[in-house]
Amino acid sequence: MRTIYLDNNATTRVAPEVLEAMIPYFGDLYGNPSSAHSFGGQVGRKIGEAREKVAALIGADPGEILFTSCGTESDNAAVLSALSTQEGKRHVVTSRVEHPAIKGLGLHLSQKGYRVTEVPVNRDGILDMDFYEKSLTPDTAVVSLMWANNETGVLFPVEEAAEMAKQRGILFHTDAVQAGGKIPIDMKKKSAISMLSLSGHKLHAPKGIGVLYVRKGTRFSPLIIGGHQEKGRRGGTENSASIIGLGVACELALRRMEEENTRVKSMRDRLEAELLARIPKSKINGAPSNRLPNTTNISFESVEGEAILLMMDELGICASSGSACTSGSLQPSHVLRAMGVPFTMAHGSIRFSLSVYNTDEDVDFIVRELPPIIEKLRSMSPFWTPEVGVCATAAG
Amino acid sequence: MWEYTDKTKEHFLKPRNVGEIQEPDGLAEVGSMACGDALKLTFKVDESGKIEDARFQTFGCASAIASASALTEMLKGKTIEEAEKITNQEIADYLGGLPKEKMHCSVLGRQALEQAIAYYKGSEIKPKEGEVICECFGVTDKEIERAVRENNLRTVEDVTNYTKAGGGCEGCHDKIREIIANVRSEMKAPVKPKLSNIQKIREIEKVLEREIRPSLQSDGGDIELVDVIGNRVLVAARGACAVCRASQRTLKDFVEVKLRELVWPELVVEEVPQ
Repeated sequence: MRTIYLDNNATTRVAPEVLEAMIPYFGDLYGNPSSAHSFGGQVGRKIGEAREKVAALIGADPGEILFTSCGTESDNAAVLSALSTQEGKRHVVTSRVEHPAIKGLGLHLSQKGYRVTEVPVNRDGILDMDFYEKSLTPDTAVVSLMWANNETGVLFPVEEAAEMAKQRGILFHTDAVQAGGKIPIDMKKKSAISMLSLSGHKLHAPKGIGVLYVRKGTRFSPLIIGGHQEKGRRGGTENSASIIGLGVACELALRRMEEENTRVKSMRDRLEAELLARIPKSKINGAPSNRLPNTTNISFESVEGEAILLMMDELGICASSGSACTSGSLQPSHVLRAMGVPFTMAHGSIRFSLSVYNTDEDVDFIVRELPPIIEKLRSMSPFWTPEVGVCATAAG
Repeated sequence: MWEYTDKTKEHFLKPRNVGEIQEPDGLAEVGSMACGDALKLTFKVDESGKIEDARFQTFGCASAIASASALTEMLKGKTIEEAEKITNQEIADYLGGLPKEKMHCSVLGRQALEQAIAYYKGSEIKPKEGEVICECFGVTDKEIERAVRENNLRTVEDVTNYTKAGGGCEGCHDKIREIIANVRSEMKAPVKPKLSNIQKIREIEKVLEREIRPSLQSDGGDIELVDVIGNRVLVAARGACAVCRASQRTLKDFVEVKLRELVWPELVVEEVPQ
């Protein structure tokens, strides 16, 4: 069975060019990049090149790039560094729709006695900027806002938000794990963003490699202590092969940025438009005009997401759902709840996230196969009245 | 992704008895869309008093659909008296088991069955008995008590898996803990008759052998029963336990807890010097 993979916000295929570049470092080129001999030193040089390529993707200086083990580590390192370098300040500002890497950390910090403010979003997933501005106080140590939402693809105006923080002397971190490689990012001199997280496996590099950008001049306190690597800011022998792979992935992402924003976007738009046209009572979650080019989150009324996913799985289609049943919790996605999506719609939400490896055939296949699945599940649902094609409880 | 049995998957992909019986003898609607699952059950009873047809409509995940499909299959050919006895565990067993996080789907099936039988008997559908404990999912103390009793539940997490109670804001967790403690203490009380001293020693030896020694011995330790005086259980630590600083804690947190649970609840474990 062919796999139709539209779950690229969960993880991506390792690009063949990336894999090829990595293989020698699992084989003959096993030297430690820190060694004094040239056998290790040649690996160190390759890591240096990779650092330049990663920096180029986000318009940074190579010296501002730290390699970590994943996006979650980068997020943790950024926020915890901001707190430990400003011990008097006990307040953190974030949003209600962050990835668990930040949301969970916020919960942990609030249990440790820090004050954590989660800025709300509106029905379209757009950040409440008035609320945000008011939540910045002299006690605020750091703001952490995601650049792009993993579930809906909705973009936050992070540059604007960072500027507001900077004016008040507050550090600004952004989780750009979903944005990296999909939309242009430029950490040029005038940007007010102090720290930024990336994750390799979201942009066709392998799992287990992340990046933390730390702007020159930002005080930094390491999370992993005990090694001289990364200039003492992140101890631990470098994950050489993955770092080198990530360099290639960033180079590819930069080159494919236009394709991402034209061909991928048009496939996403067509998928979305055709599904909405063929399936009554379906709706996009998140501001359509302010999203990543590859993501769509659609709710199908009166059906449950896990059931949709499993029926698609039978056909080889891979996607995600914000339904409660999928996650094992009993409430639907915190992102959709924060947006005020009614439970009746949130339970039936499906996220499709594309990549440059998707084809028009993939879109055709889903457009053909999904409507009968929704119809089958609706025919089983006590809430669905086929004669009028409306949900019996829609009014309630 | 959940690990569903082949039978669960099969009932999900090819559900039996989907639909609604017109002018049914039994009818029930339970759950709600906000909760994430809902079930409408209808059945028809023939002249001999047996259920000749049963149908369902479900809004819910794969296991909710499979549980409803299984329930309707189980109902067919049964008398009302037989149907009344079906438990949620039997629905799950029919499917070869459900992941524990999904047991509430089988409970929904049993609730629907109960309500449909009440409809058949013409008895008023009772308003939910008891006091609502979990506001998020509208679960009452009676429902939680029943789930704890019938499925031998031990933790809040268990209760959430079976009834959904406590799965939202978590504000009711303390109340759920209290209910579990009350029900479990009731469950235990009658099955523990008074033991004679010899019975006590025998029971303790059995538990030591079966439950306690294997794990102590895996660390090179051992334990010996010295005597029983009333509620005092005198033991001596042997092997690595005799010289281990943590042995006092092992005695209280492990040995005493186990013995209290399995022999009699008032006993106190004491270490005697060697």
